Parts: sequence; C-alpha cells; structure tokens
Amino acid sequence: MSARALGLTTDSRLRRRQFVNLLMQALATAAAMLAVGLLLLMVGSVASRGASALDLNLLTKTPVPFGQTGGGLAHAFVGSAILVGLATAMALPLGVLIAIYVTELAPRGLAMVVRLSLDVVNGLPSIVVGIFVFSVLVLGHKQSGFAGAAALAVIMLPLVSRATQEMLLLVPGSLREAAYALGASRWRTVLGVVLPSSVGGILTGTTLAIARAAGETAPLLFTSSLTANAVSTDPRQPLQSVPLSIFQLSESPDPADHAKAWAAALVLITVVLLLSVVSRAILIRSRRKLSR
Amino acid sequence: MSTASVSLKGGRRRGRIGDLVLLGVTFVASAGAVALLVGIALKVFEGAQPAYSRFGLGFVTGRLWDPVKGHFGALDLIYGTAVTSLAALLIATPLSIAIALFLSELAPRGVRDVVGALVEMLAAVPSVIVGLWGILVLGPFVQQTLEPFLHRTLGFLPLFRGKYSAVGLLPATIVLTIMVVPIVASITRDLFLRVPLDLKEGALALGMTRWEMVRGVMLPYARPGLVAAVILGLGRAIGEAIAVTQVIGITLGIHVSLFAPGDTLASRIASQYQGASTNLQLSAIVYLAAILLVITLIANVIAQLIVRRFELQKAGGQ
Repeated sequence: MSARALGLTTDSRLRRRQFVNLLMQALATAAAMLAVGLLLLMVGSVASRGASALDLNLLTKTPVPFGQTGGGLAHAFVGSAILVGLATAMALPLGVLIAIYVTELAPRGLAMVVRLSLDVVNGLPSIVVGIFVFSVLVLGHKQSGFAGAAALAVIMLPLVSRATQEMLLLVPGSLREAAYALGASRWRTVLGVVLPSSVGGILTGTTLAIARAAGETAPLLFTSSLTANAVSTDPRQPLQSVPLSIFQLSESPDPADHAKAWAAALVLITVVLLLSVVSRAILIRSRRKLSR
Repeated sequence: MSTASVSLKGGRRRGRIGDLVLLGVTFVASAGAVALLVGIALKVFEGAQPAYSRFGLGFVTGRLWDPVKGHFGALDLIYGTAVTSLAALLIATPLSIAIALFLSELAPRGVRDVVGALVEMLAAVPSVIVGLWGILVLGPFVQQTLEPFLHRTLGFLPLFRGKYSAVGLLPATIVLTIMVVPIVASITRDLFLRVPLDLKEGALALGMTRWEMVRGVMLPYARPGLVAAVILGLGRAIGEAIAVTQVIGITLGIHVSLFAPGDTLASRIASQYQGASTNLQLSAIVYLAAILLVITLIANVIAQLIVRRFELQKAGGQ
C-alpha cells in the first residue's frame, strides 16, 4: 500500500515536472514566434502601406508647397546619400587604424582603455551624440551637412572598429610569423598580410555601420535639419535626409504626408535590411575563409 | 621584400621608419577615440553650465518647462523616462530570455539560424520607422483595443485607468520593448551558447528535465552576463529619442495611469530641435542631455566591466 502511494506520488511529481518543462518550452517557442511575428507585422505594414504610395516621383521630385498634391523627397534621398557617404569616409579609415592599434600594436592596458572608450561611445544615446556635435560644430556657426556627417561618423566609428578588431583577432598567428620569418618589418606585415586577410571583417563592419547610419534620425536633428525643399549637394549647407523626412511627415496631420512617410520608410527599410543581410553573408564567408 | 637595388641596411631603416609611422598614426587615431569620449562629456557639461548655474541640482526636481518665463525643470521627464524604460525592461527581460532559450536550446539548427537572423533584423529596423508604425498602426490599436481590454481586466489597478489615448506612456513602453528585446535576446543567446556542454549534460544525466537544467545550470552560469545585458538594454531604452517622441505625446505631467501622455528626457530634447528661443532654454536642453549622458555612462561602464570580468573568469576557469 505504502509502496503504491509512493509510486503514485513520484509518478505525479514526475508528471508535474514534465508538464512544467513542456510549458516552459512552449512559452520559449511562443516568445520567439512573437518576435518574428512583430518583425513581419512591422515590415508588412510598411510594405503594404508604402507600396501603394511609392512611385518614381518620390525619388525624382521635391516637395510641393502646402496645399498642392504630388511632389517627392528627392532632396532627402540625395542628402542621405551624401551624409552617409561623408560619414563613412570619416569613420572607416579611423576605425581601421584604431583596430590595428588595439589588436596588433598596443600594450594590453592601453588597448583595454581604447576598447572600453569605444564601447561606451557605442552605448551613448544618439541624441546625446547629436547634442555634442551641435555644440562643437553648429553652435556659433550654423547647421551643415558636414556637421550631420560628423555626428553619423561618431555613431559608425565603434561599429567599424569593433568588426575589424574581431576579424584581425581571427587572423592566425602563423601568418604573421611567416611574414616575419621572410624578413618583413612589422608595418609591412600588418599592411601587407594581416589587413588584407581581414578585408571581410572590415566590409561587414562598414556595411552594418552604413545600415545603422542610414536610419539614424536623432544625430541629425540638431546638426542638419533646417533645410530648404530643394535638392542640394553642398555639404556646407544643411542637407535633408530620409529618416528626418519620415520623422517630420509622421508628425503631420495630413494623410497625404503619412502616405509619403510610408513610401520613404519602405525604401529605407529595404535598403537597411538588404545591407544587414549582405553584411551577414560577407561575415560568414570571410570567417569560413579564415578558419580554413 | 625590397627591391634588389636597395641595400639591406636601407631596407631595415625603412622598415623601422615604417613601423614608427604605423605606430604613430594608429596611436593618434586611438587617442582620438578616447578623446572623443572625454570630449563628449566635457562639451555636454559645458553646454549645460548656464542652466546649471541658474537652477543648480534643483533642475532635477523642478517641474516646470516654461520657455516664456524661463523656468525649466526635469522631474516630469525623469519620471516618464523611468516609467517607460523600467516597464519596457520588465516585459523585455523574460521575453528575451525565452527567445534566447528557444534559439540556443530548442530550435533545430536551420530554424535557429533563420529565427536568429530575423530577431537581429528586428534590431536593425530604424527607430523612426518603429515610431511611424507606432503612431499610425500601434496607436489606434492601443486606443481602440488594448487599453479598453486592460481597463476591463485590470482596471482595479490605477495603472490602467483614465482616458483611452493613441499616444502616451503605454505605446511608448511597447515601442521601447520592441526595440530592446532583440538586443537583450541576442546577447543572452550568446551567453547561453557558451555554457559548457559537460555542465548541461551532467544536469540532464542526473535526471533533470530540460527546464530544470536551464534553471539550475544555465541561468546561474549566465547570471552576470544577463545582468549586463539588461543594463545595456536599459541604457538603450533610456536614450531612445525618436520613436518615443513620435508616440508618447510630449506632455508634461506625472500620472500613475499608463494611458496618460507623458514625455521623457530624450524625447523632450528631440522635440525641441527646431530651435530654442533663448540661450537659457538651449542650455536647459543640453542639461537634459547631460543627465542622459551621466545615466547611460554609468550603466554602460558597469555593464562593460561585468562583461569583461565574466569573460576573464570564464577564460581563466577553463
């Protein structure tokens, strides 16, 4: 009798444990599906609402005066391209140089300080970065495309540098030793052997950083937002950008403006997601190459 | 390596000079990175100085934001920041852990790669697009469906009372949750993937169920990293400006109800971008940025130190 009771209790305990286990597994699966569902829901909204408003005018025309219909956001697309291009030109070389110093040349303590600084800059709110660049470059002067690009570059720098560092660390030591054994000096080893084999990492980091910068609004609010409604390619003047246009249009009460915002969002999200897929593909390929 | 005409000595000298140049250039760039962080802090504090000398630390507890009379205070904004970020993290943390568990333990390899990539893509969606979706899709849903539902089921709590509204603390919290989950989830997944296999197998061999193994082995092992991930997520939520500006309603006030509109530090800064009418107002805006800077600096340094210690410990232990 007691044996049966014991059997029963262990049996029901086991069943309870298994039930909890199953429940938790189901919850974990549901959570993952929820995240994927949210992404699809968001991308789906952008796609369905954006597609109906998307036409060539969006890319080729500039905004029309209030009250008229039509027009587009050509100035924002041109501006975004210039802003992100300039920011990349600033952040890419600096990020690579920093990565070389940190992984190849620096004493341990210094490397740690530099890495920690970059990680902290990466964690700063982008609006704070915008305020910083505003107080350095805009206050007392005026807004400009250069100031906006500088703010975006601050956002990009840690991303580029981190990705490059990670890839440099994957370069096998034997490659460096082989170069030294051939009598190559340190700089030739770094520039001629180590760096070329980590091009994949640099590309990944840059692509990711471009994807991030292309979608950033906050750093541009105080640095490159007060623009005319015409296409401008002069970075000494403030340049309009796609995310900023979406932000401004989304605050408008006019449904026609919302439609334009959705269309611009569709273009932006396509570019950003494509870039992040591309960077993933490059990363996987170059990792495989290095570990072979 | 050098051409035949260059003597060995010349080549060596050139090598030494090249080494020095490389060291010099990369050192300057790296010093620039450190200087950037220091410069950001200095410049922001400098810009906040006029407002600081006028209001002192009382700014933090002041409740007004009146550009005409020149009275500025941040308490309502700090309240809005705290409520939305903490609520977002409260929802996001268990959700992220669950997603990380699915990705590291449950999903078959192919599913894991696809779902993992999709979760990371959620992090890549620009915040202005999350905000656009937040106003035009989420907002009406919150007003017409979610808030009436919450009021019906949980209306005995003061949190879920008041006028239904498309903008406010609740949509801001949801938007922040969506933005924080992928960050915390992907860090947590990496933590879980690094739990040693023999520990996990040991637990299973003792007859634990999978969930007991997670609770007994994986969570304790990953705890410091989890704390760091949550702090990083919190820093992200506190600093998010654009999406919150779009959905929170930009209204001062301290309300218990999550249905009420509000404002946060970051979104107040963003909403003032079209210009300050006085230097004092400008400085007050920068003062807000300085508060944000201090909070996120502390959060980041703590998180980074935890991560570093965790990594050193695990590297040393194996």
